Amino acid sequence: MSINNEFRPKIVAFCCNWCSYAGADLAGSSRLAYPADVKIIRVPCSCRVNPMFILRAFEKGADGVILCGCHPGDCHYSTGNYYARRRMTLLFSMLDYMGVENGRTRVEWVSAAEGVKFSTTMNEFVEKIRSLGENVRLGDLRCKN
Amino acid sequence: MQRIGVFVCHCGSNIAATVDVKKVVEMVLLEPGVVHAEDYQYMCSEAGQAKIGAAIADKKLTGIVVCSCSPRMHEATFRKCAERYGLNPYMVEIANIREHCSWIHKDMQEATEKAVILARAAIAKVNLNAPLQAGESRVTKRALVIGGGIAGIQTALDIADAGYEVDIVEKTPSIGGRMSQLDKTFPTLDCSACILTPKMVDAAGHPNINIYTYSEVEKVSGFVGDFTVDIRKKARSVDATKCTGCGVCQEKCPSKKTPSEFNRGLGNRSAIYTPFAQAIPNVPVIDREACLKFKTGKCGVCEKVCQAGAIDYAQQDEIITEKYGAIVVATGFDTIKLDQYDEYAYNQSKDVITSLELERIMNAAGPTKGHLERLSDGKAPKEIVFVQCVGSRCSDDRGKPYCSKICCMYTAKHAMLIRDKYPDVNVTVFYIDVRTPGKNFDEFYRRAVEEYGVNYIKGQVGKVAPQPDGSLLVQASDLLDNKQIKMKADMVVLATAIEPNQGVRNIATMLTASIDTNNFLTEAHPKLRPVESPTAGVFLSGVCQGPKDIPETVAQAGAAAVKVIGLLAKDKLTTNPCTAKPDELLCNGCGNCAKVCPYGAITYEVRQVNDHGIREDRRLANVNSALCQGCGACTVTCPSGAMDLQGFSNRQLIAEVDAICR
Amino acid sequence: MSHQNNQAEMIKEISGVNPYKCMKCGKCTATCPAFDEMDIKPHQFVSYVQSGNVQALAESKSLWKCLSCFACVERCPRDVQPGRIIDAARQIVVRQRGGNYLTADEIPALLDEELPQQLLVSAYRRYKR
Repeated sequence: MSINNEFRPKIVAFCCNWCSYAGADLAGSSRLAYPADVKIIRVPCSCRVNPMFILRAFEKGADGVILCGCHPGDCHYSTGNYYARRRMTLLFSMLDYMGVENGRTRVEWVSAAEGVKFSTTMNEFVEKIRSLGENVRLGDLRCKN
Repeated sequence: MQRIGVFVCHCGSNIAATVDVKKVVEMVLLEPGVVHAEDYQYMCSEAGQAKIGAAIADKKLTGIVVCSCSPRMHEATFRKCAERYGLNPYMVEIANIREHCSWIHKDMQEATEKAVILARAAIAKVNLNAPLQAGESRVTKRALVIGGGIAGIQTALDIADAGYEVDIVEKTPSIGGRMSQLDKTFPTLDCSACILTPKMVDAAGHPNINIYTYSEVEKVSGFVGDFTVDIRKKARSVDATKCTGCGVCQEKCPSKKTPSEFNRGLGNRSAIYTPFAQAIPNVPVIDREACLKFKTGKCGVCEKVCQAGAIDYAQQDEIITEKYGAIVVATGFDTIKLDQYDEYAYNQSKDVITSLELERIMNAAGPTKGHLERLSDGKAPKEIVFVQCVGSRCSDDRGKPYCSKICCMYTAKHAMLIRDKYPDVNVTVFYIDVRTPGKNFDEFYRRAVEEYGVNYIKGQVGKVAPQPDGSLLVQASDLLDNKQIKMKADMVVLATAIEPNQGVRNIATMLTASIDTNNFLTEAHPKLRPVESPTAGVFLSGVCQGPKDIPETVAQAGAAAVKVIGLLAKDKLTTNPCTAKPDELLCNGCGNCAKVCPYGAITYEVRQVNDHGIREDRRLANVNSALCQGCGACTVTCPSGAMDLQGFSNRQLIAEVDAICR
Repeated sequence: MSHQNNQAEMIKEISGVNPYKCMKCGKCTATCPAFDEMDIKPHQFVSYVQSGNVQALAESKSLWKCLSCFACVERCPRDVQPGRIIDAARQIVVRQRGGNYLTADEIPALLDEELPQQLLVSAYRRYKR
């Protein structure tokens, strides 16, 4: 899990194919570093992300989950990110109630041209998760070593 | 169980320098379903693809994971490759270990660990992949070009010449755009109108081109090959079928105090007007804001003098709905507002002008009939100062961070023309850098300095102060001489930054085309697909994509046209098979999915189902896969979990989550 | 040299300015009302910090001739803010001489004709609350 016993969080990033995944690609081709703790899953649209996936991630030991989509109004499918925004607002407040702090979940709009924003967002997010430490809620104890 | 082959690409040293590819091969072989793994220098090369083909045959692979660059780069390549060797193309998944791994990490151990995890996620997904068949959709063999400047005209002409019908939608009363406002063009000093007007005439007379001027795109729906567009044809108040273009109405119109948009507000126009003499169509419009008939009800002079009886005060806006296979955005640019640049005194003095205003002053058809004169007192200037990079290359919020690209050249052009026509006028140009990449560009600039005696000073102007005697005090730096210069000028010309035209964001939103923070439309790939938007069926022409001069615009317009022709030449397009699919045994017909579908792809029908031996009629969701674009909104909305997205199914995405969190 | 670099770092820290953002347009120098009085010109402040030559800056006349009018800060297209650099350099010199932050009521007693007016202006501008 870690090099030198330092806390290395597990972070899942859902990125929509049209904006944020491309933004992450741009961050890559511009060599804008962010920690390797972030692993990206490509989805067609932020609205494809079922709250179930996020619960599953925490159940399986994720320390933070971030969802990135197109800026409001710029969704490739016109309205998908609005649905995502509503769903995540509800989900995150419920997760907070359940003890998964708000800092562990985040929605960010990153366009295909915002490689810098992608990188800084991920750096900030990882920093935040590191300060919060390991997630102890929702974890399936059977998943622990 | 799938039989999966994993192919790890070195991408030269792009991946292999940071990721231990051998280690990745070793690790993925431990994953369930993986029966083969190998690495190679360039997986996308012919030899690399042959390796994939050989493995498909030898190891009887049913699924493939390629660990390489972004799927946005080569997913299509590897899918085609799989298909060629007899595997369903949708059994291929890409683990992005370049953009998302090797390029952003430095530590080899860390990057290798991450690459293995990304590969695991892709393997977990492929384990659940099912072969998908792409459907077909029809192509409407007609193109729409938004914007009637040189970019739009050239694109339309090229498409039309290939035999396809094109509509141009232009916001203003005439096509021609910015280029029609220019006097001369660099670096050959051709007269702009002389080279543009014939193209405008060609476009107007072309049997395949239909021009909607004074019109705007109002609504866009559909997708590549099958867009439906509403165009608002604004009321011209003149019947174009009757008008002969005699121009008497404009002469007689008593309301003549409206600043002319075409002359950048330097002169006035009448309320009924054509923007310029060579306007196409040569049919005036009535500006209802300025017209006395519309404002007070009293006047009607134009109606009285019109021999053709073309004036129609009752004309209404008209909405035209048309189908298109492809849409080209060619919305062009404007100069930025200078309200925040107090130091240049643009709002205080009439003699501080933008370069585009100077174009109008230099033009024989302009507000001064082509005479170089001060707008404040009509006197001939003796000392002219040009300021470069006004609002360009600014990291503050007043200007634009990019180089506007054309200013160095048009300033050299202006300086040269002035020195040529008025040899007694001193011309000083303050520059930061003179940027002249382009054929014959640097030679042109050098001629301005060496043959025409234009005084170029490296430095910036810090302040322009209007003086009581009517002159302008210019305070500037001379960096090579380490001096501060204070000089009197009669006229100051600002090379104002350009920005995409107002309203382009609105158009981008309608087209769901991506746009950057500077309002330039984003291309599908910055190098390899520069005239295509990432949104299929939407193409980019001219400055809406980024600053460029006329030859570049024309070249890009042609390139966009070729892409459109390539699309329209097809009778059918293969559709994305990653569409939503309901499970009829789980669906309870609640109707939620149809509500969130942005494409109206979901309908309901009563069908007989066999639910574990019980046959009954149920109301069920039905997805029209030709309309479904695969966003997945319905899958999350479905309360019973009946709706799933092929290619990005719940089980596949959860498998990826599990693999990453393992 | 390392002392010089430390000082350059200190200037960057105090001023919050990144001198590498400079595109060498010279608008600061074009704007400066105190230009004629200065031995090192505003656009040079930036390159002096870039090259770590802070000592020359600290010994310059410009340090005390800058009016802290902040015209260069206002008009710099790259947000480099040469005025803040010279402010920071002055701050360093003042500290070296043993002075440091003042409170408002200490000033009247210390006020003497030798004290450069612009230092007061600058101090108020920087520390006004």
